[in-house]
Amino acid sequence: MKLQSNDFELFQLPERFEQDAQALTKTWQDLQRQAHPDKFASEGAAAQRLAMQWSVRINEAYQRLRDPLKRAAYLCELHEAPIQAENNTAMPAAFLMQQMEWREALEDARSASDIDALEDEVNGARRRLLSDCAEQIDQKQDFAAAAQQVRALMFLERFGQDVEKRREALSF
Amino acid sequence: MALLQISEPGQSLDPHQRRIAVGIDLGTTHSLVAAVRHGIAECLPDAQGRVLLPSAVRYLENGGRQIGFDALANQGADPENTLVSVKRFMGRGLKDLNNAAQLPYQFVDSPMVSLQTRAGIKSPVEVSAEILATLRFRAEDTFNDDVYGAVITVPAYFDDAQRQATKDAAQLAGLNLLRLINEPTAAAIAYGLDNASEGVYAVFDLGGGTFDISVLRLTQGVFEVMATGGDSALGGDDYDQALAAWALNQTVPAGDAAKAVDSSDWTLLRLAARACKEALTTQHSAVLSATLSQGPISVTVTRADFNAATASLTQRTLEAVRKTLRDAKLQRDEVKGVVMVGGSTRMPQIQEAVASFFGQAPLNNLNPDEVVALGAAIQANQLAGNNPNGDLLLLDVIPLSLGIETMGGLVERIVPRNQTIPTAMAQDFTTYKDGQTALALHVVQGERDLVADCRSLARFELRGIPPMAAGAARIRVTFTVDADGLLQVSAKEQGSGVEAQINVKPSYGLSDEDIAHMLQSSFNTAQIDMQARALAEAQLDVDRLVLATQSALQADGDLLHADERTQIDALMQGALASKNGNDPAAIEAATQALAKGTEAFAASRMNRGIQQALAGRHINAVS
Repeated sequence: MKLQSNDFELFQLPERFEQDAQALTKTWQDLQRQAHPDKFASEGAAAQRLAMQWSVRINEAYQRLRDPLKRAAYLCELHEAPIQAENNTAMPAAFLMQQMEWREALEDARSASDIDALEDEVNGARRRLLSDCAEQIDQKQDFAAAAQQVRALMFLERFGQDVEKRREALSF
Repeated sequence: MALLQISEPGQSLDPHQRRIAVGIDLGTTHSLVAAVRHGIAECLPDAQGRVLLPSAVRYLENGGRQIGFDALANQGADPENTLVSVKRFMGRGLKDLNNAAQLPYQFVDSPMVSLQTRAGIKSPVEVSAEILATLRFRAEDTFNDDVYGAVITVPAYFDDAQRQATKDAAQLAGLNLLRLINEPTAAAIAYGLDNASEGVYAVFDLGGGTFDISVLRLTQGVFEVMATGGDSALGGDDYDQALAAWALNQTVPAGDAAKAVDSSDWTLLRLAARACKEALTTQHSAVLSATLSQGPISVTVTRADFNAATASLTQRTLEAVRKTLRDAKLQRDEVKGVVMVGGSTRMPQIQEAVASFFGQAPLNNLNPDEVVALGAAIQANQLAGNNPNGDLLLLDVIPLSLGIETMGGLVERIVPRNQTIPTAMAQDFTTYKDGQTALALHVVQGERDLVADCRSLARFELRGIPPMAAGAARIRVTFTVDADGLLQVSAKEQGSGVEAQINVKPSYGLSDEDIAHMLQSSFNTAQIDMQARALAEAQLDVDRLVLATQSALQADGDLLHADERTQIDALMQGALASKNGNDPAAIEAATQALAKGTEAFAASRMNRGIQQALAGRHINAVS
């Protein structure tokens, strides 16, 4: 096991999209039990520095593995289907239309229930995209197609954040 | 070769190798020190049997000082030299204080706000160090031994400048800081271990000057913070202030209130309000009375009056709770229990507000004043290595997002809030002008999009970038947050390798020179020889490292070849022998040599630990 191992190697998990969230958390905690700087607090600076590096690396891998979107993006990158979100913003027209409708609905939202309804809709779309991703990665091994879904999911993620901000603004 | 002590498996090290490790709750209004004795955490009392130490320092005419109850007893008579609630000034500038005019102090804006006393200008860090040192002496008297190290608690919502100020205070007090931990997390340790709790818990911590809400998941000794929130300038003091203002409005015509009283009147009013507030915890009405410069006032206050006067403060706590649950992606009914911490949770309106928000009675079965210090003591005991089989693990988070100022005064977030620490995150930036060779970086903390609405932590410059076309340079800025929640920033131009690194400190902090100067002057007043102190510390460092190396060898000595083992043994002998000399530099050199010589061993041990963790998981997966 090395700091340079990929996230799946580090957590000794198969390189696939479907993962058991509870088992993932358990492995994270078991690894942190061994590597966390607290375990080396009474030791020399060298041991603490090393513990810090490992602990940071384990947290980084956990953050990526437990978030379905980051996990999907990471699997695409590992299989040479880079996401390149900045340079690759071409999305299907239907998807963009949907986005525009949602944006308008968000601007018109005046109450918590408006926000709830919009959020349910976005969450539904998110679930469908993720299950497409799972199929493309785990069954078809079509990483280029999965990368396209990841880009769509990134749009949704950004929109979800705007929905949260709007909710906070409305609660005052 | 040296004979190593081998203790029975499961037993701690030899009793006289047991290190005195303490937990310190450095509070706004009072502070405590606790330690694990005979397996149980307890708060250590002073000679009069009192565990609370009021966080008050009074500077006297003769150059001496009074700390705690003695200082507080004279607060009314000598307000400008009796410094209380300085925790509110830690890592803050003068413009951050919203009630400076109502406080009896002469503030100095420098850049962390300081106070002019008859003993000279005092930084809140120095005042905090006096309190920490008093608690350290209390512990040393209790155990008749040196304190090996301390865990000090800070509000979870403290930002980087406030944490750094607390760490600086520990250094000034001569404490070996094992870890800064968050107050609600410390409370969760004490509560969770006491009640063998599992599941999701919220800790509602309303202290004298700060409010924290943390949501944690407890599983088999792991305390995982899912989200934290709060307000580092909201506490019982604000309830006193609100009640004092309300009472004043009842006695003088509206609008005249501010004119009628001066800052020493406000001190008296706040003291009276505090007494009235405490009475209202058990009674339905109480009288607030004080003798002000204009004459005596006396107002009857009912609980309903008090609730109405402070409703907006209580509302602010619930607002933070809502936001934190959203961050943790939890509904309020998914919280199994709400642990109440901090003396201010004794107020009935707080108990009622929390009960009605969560739809369940809050948990008050631990003393809200002591629980934070007790949890810190348990963690200190484990960090000092006294409890080798302990399976306590804290996975805490950073409370506020960290970012960099970009063009147009906007913040580019690098580390989002509620990220598990330790963590390192990087972002690439580029130049905006052709031939640009330097880049100014401004590090900020906060949730808002505009730099002006966030807290400035530090500024630094990356120089020596090779001239390139605008947008061609790739400057990677890496934020590293350690297990104390403290930030270190580094920047590197990827093409040329030009590097800049800073410890985030300056905007509202003390420089290394400030600290050195304060250390020097504290030695002068205490008449301790600097050289003797340095020697004692160097010798202590040798002991610490040799002990740590011995424990490591005991656990994993089989990883070493015979010649590697001989080398480490020789380095240990060398380090121990260096203690006989009286040159701190020579002792430090020997300590360094031992540290360096055990680096490879530390790396192999880490690998073994990781392999074991994964092996253990596989056995579970099979069974």
